[in-house]
Order: sequence, then structure tokens, then C-alpha cells
Amino acid sequence: MHIPDGFINGVTSAGAGVIAAGGVGAALRQSGKVLQDKRIPMTGLVAAFIFALQMLNFPVAAGTSGHLIGGALAVILVGPWLGVAAVSTVVIVQSFLFADGGVSALGLNTLNMAIISGLVGWVVFRGITRVLPKRWTIALVATFAAGLVSVVAAATGFVVQYSLGGVGDVNLATVFTAMVGVHFLIGIGEGLITAAVVGLVAASRPDLVFGTHDLNLTGSSTRIGRGGIGGFVGVGLAVALVLALVVAPLASSDPDGLERVAIDQGFADDAVDGAAADSPLADYGEDTVGVSMAGAIGIAVTFAVGVGALGMWALMRRRRRVPT
Amino acid sequence: MSTGHAHALFIHGHGILHRTAPHLKLVTMIALVFAVVATPRNAFWAFGVYAVIVAVLVALAGLRPKQFAARLLIEVPFVIFAVLLPFLGGGERVEVLGIAVSREGLWGAWTILAKGTLGLSFSIILASTTTVPDILSGLDRIRVPRVITAIAGFMIRYLDVVVSEFRRRRIAMSSRGYEPQWIGDVKPWAASAGSMFVRSYERGERVYQAMVARGYTGVMPRIQATAAWATPWPGALSVIATAWATAATAMVLT
Repeated sequence: MHIPDGFINGVTSAGAGVIAAGGVGAALRQSGKVLQDKRIPMTGLVAAFIFALQMLNFPVAAGTSGHLIGGALAVILVGPWLGVAAVSTVVIVQSFLFADGGVSALGLNTLNMAIISGLVGWVVFRGITRVLPKRWTIALVATFAAGLVSVVAAATGFVVQYSLGGVGDVNLATVFTAMVGVHFLIGIGEGLITAAVVGLVAASRPDLVFGTHDLNLTGSSTRIGRGGIGGFVGVGLAVALVLALVVAPLASSDPDGLERVAIDQGFADDAVDGAAADSPLADYGEDTVGVSMAGAIGIAVTFAVGVGALGMWALMRRRRRVPT
Repeated sequence: MSTGHAHALFIHGHGILHRTAPHLKLVTMIALVFAVVATPRNAFWAFGVYAVIVAVLVALAGLRPKQFAARLLIEVPFVIFAVLLPFLGGGERVEVLGIAVSREGLWGAWTILAKGTLGLSFSIILASTTTVPDILSGLDRIRVPRVITAIAGFMIRYLDVVVSEFRRRRIAMSSRGYEPQWIGDVKPWAASAGSMFVRSYERGERVYQAMVARGYTGVMPRIQATAAWATPWPGALSVIATAWATAATAMVLT
């Protein structure tokens, strides 16, 4: 998902660069207020942890493997500002030191993978945990949802940038369906792993999970363990289905979401201005409904295929486990 | 991935690019990337000029072409997208080898392949000839905020520690029969990742206390240059000037 040079035109890249710089600046300032002079070593170590997770692949199904993107995990574990600062550092280092992601596209990549994914993940997590009963089981389902939505939001960010300055004149609904459909599947894996990691950190050091520190949760955070991962996969998929039907139409107006987040979080002014100026609704007023319809249908189809494939795989595995 | 990542893509060498000051290389690289991105897509000759610049720099860096080409593979996902573009693109259709494809899609594919590959080439040349601490001190030198370079420095310093710790756990788990097959087997892996987070966080606190004990006041000292760098400004400026003259000519002509 690292965009290379020349994929999105110069004006859009520069605009994203300005928004990303404002966002990273705000994240660094806010995390500095919380951590004071602890900020540099703590952010560095959290960033090293996220980078390490991204380097380690895990088998998903049928011989494919994937790795964690970590936006939602970072914000739930260490809070939105420190989390965004850490993931931004990862993206910047990947661009300059690992040649992963174009230097001129650095703003786009930081915006999608660090800022949008982190802040959207945070809002989803806090939104669900505040409204629903204060139980660890609920918090872990919220973590799953945050992981899933953060990946879809990052993909949507790419689609918005593509619509503003992408090359190739591809039908926007096609790009949206393909990107969001694929990332919806990736997001299910992201959500599951994020929830598992958060649950297991909470089992030993609940005080280190920033996202729940003020919630006084009851119940056990190791429910994943006792209920078996299978049960959690079931619950997770049910949540994913609900999200697919409810969030998909909203997802297409994602920059609106960013704007709202920006205002909610008292984000830097420049970022708010940028987000408003870049809103695709300005240009795609009539198209939005069509795009979201196409997107919703695309997600539903991709989702059905994905669930089917995953189910088949699980069945085959169960059969193999039968002693012969 | 068995070797350390402390030096990322760095390849040991003694060529002129290895001896050039990192901030000079960074400035040149960024200027070249932006020249490429700013060039109109239909100025084919301009991309030829950039390709020559890449070839000259690769030769100066002493990189083997095969090595260099292998590193370009990181681009593959976007190449796949580029190949699909002519078929997905809308608008006017043109016949290519008997297949009707989108004209805009073809242009898009060309733009991604040309600009993406050239931009990536410059990044690879920089990362192959400059060690990680030198890139960070170079970024510091060109006024990237100190907070960011300092955090990146910590991240790089502890990345190998965290990764090798996780690898040792994986080996220990494998030797006890844990071989994950699909995502349902993620729990022990996630437990590992979770304890890795706790360790990283606690290590961060210990590192901070050690820094305070050594007089840290919240401001990182400037990263000291460790070598006597060559600063071939005339060479760097002539490369930048060539690229931007090419870009400007292309913009005027089209």
C-alpha cells in the first residue's frame, strides 16, 4: 500500500504533504504534552515495535501470508497522538531508508497509513467502547472493528487521492470496489490479530493499554483464549458483516469522517482547512451515491467469497486433523 | 532476513557516492525525484535523459546492475496495477495488437512505470550508498525537525533488538511444535507480539531513565558526522541542473 512516485499527480501529493505535515506536527506536539521529555525514546521504541510487526509475516489461509499494518494497534495501545507519531516515523523511515514508498508520495503515504488509519481506528474503538457496556469482551470486539475499519479507511484515503489526482482515468467505482473490497479482507485479518494482541497485553499489563485506561472494564481480557479463537472469529465475522452493510455507504465519504475527527480532537487548524479543501464531495456530489452503492455491493460480494473461502479452509483443516 | 537490518539496503563500497556527504546526496535525490514527477508524461525523451542519469549514478555508486534490478522488485504490486490500467481505464479506446484498450489507461500505465521506476531508482541509489545513521544525520542537516530524526534514530537502534527477540521466540515456539497454518492459529503468535509490546514499552522507560542519568534534558544532541565527507557540490549541482533543465524544457515544449 506504499504509493510510489508518479502514481498521484504533483498537486494532490503536495496537498497531502501539507495535511500530513500538519497532522504529524500535531501528533508530536500532543504526545510531547503527555510524555514531556520521555517522548523521544518512548515513541522510538513503540515505532520499532510496530515496524518489527510489519516485517513478520503470518500465514492467513491457503498458502498466502500477510503482516500487520498496525495503525489501530498503535493507537489503542499507546493512544492516538503517540500512536500516530510512531506509525508516521515508520512510514518516513521506510521511504528514505528502505526505498519503500516514493519520496514525493511521502505525504500521501503518511496520511493514509498513519494519520487516517490511526485516527479512524481510534474513533471507532472509543465510539464503541463508550456506548456499549464496559466489558473486556466488548472492548476486544471494538478492537477488531477498529483494526478492520482502519485498514478500509486507509484504502479509502487512497481512493480519494486517486480520484483527485490519479493517472489512468479508471472509473472511480471500479477503483473503490477493488481497493476497499481487497482491504476489507485484509482488514478482517488485521482486526483479528489486533484484538488478539491487545487482549494478551491486557492479560498481563492492563495498565499499558491506553485505549481502555479510563473505562474500568470488567470481565476477562483473555476471553479469546477460553472461548477459542474459533468463537472469536465467528463474532468477528458477524461484526464485519454488520460493518459491511452499515459502514460501506459511509466509508465513501471518509474525508468527512477525517474532518469530523479533526474537529472532535481539536486538530491543528491547517489540517482542518486542508481536509475541507480536499473533500471529494465538492467534486463528486452526484457520484457519491452511485459510488457508495457500487462499493457496498462490491464489499458484500467480496465478503461472501472471502468468508466462503475461509470457511472451506477451516473445514479442510478440521478434516486433516482427524487422526488416521 | 536472517541478517541484521541496521543498515537496511546499504552495500559496502568505496566509490565516490559512498564518500559523498549524506545531506548532499539527500538534496540531490529529492531534487531529482521532484524533477521526474513534474515532467509531462508525453515528453518521452526527458525520461530517457533521466534514465541516463540513473545509469551514470548506478555506475558511480559501483552497484551491480543485477543487484540494482533485484531491488526494483519492490515495485511489483504497482506494476501489476499499471498493467491492468489500460483494460480498466475509461474514455476513448485505441487498438493495440488487436485489443481495444483505453488511451488514458495506457498513459497511466506508462506514467506509473516511468515515474515510479525512476523515483525508486534514485531512492535505491541513496539507500545503497549511505548507512542508516548517515541518512539520519543527513536529514538532520537538511533541517528535518530534530524530533523526527531523533525518534527515527531510536527506532532504528532498537529495531534489530525487537525483531531478533521475536525471532528467538518463534524458534522456541517452533521447537515446541507450533507451526501456524492459518489465521486461526494466531493466538500464540499474538501472545508473543503482546509480550514484545510490553517489553518494548518497558525498555523505552529504562532507556529514558538511563538517558536522564546521563544528563538528558529533553533535547537530543545533534548527530555528529563520523567521517570526513567529500562534498562534490559542482557534480551534484550539475546533475540537479541537468534534470531540472530537462523538466523545464519538457514543460515548455508540451
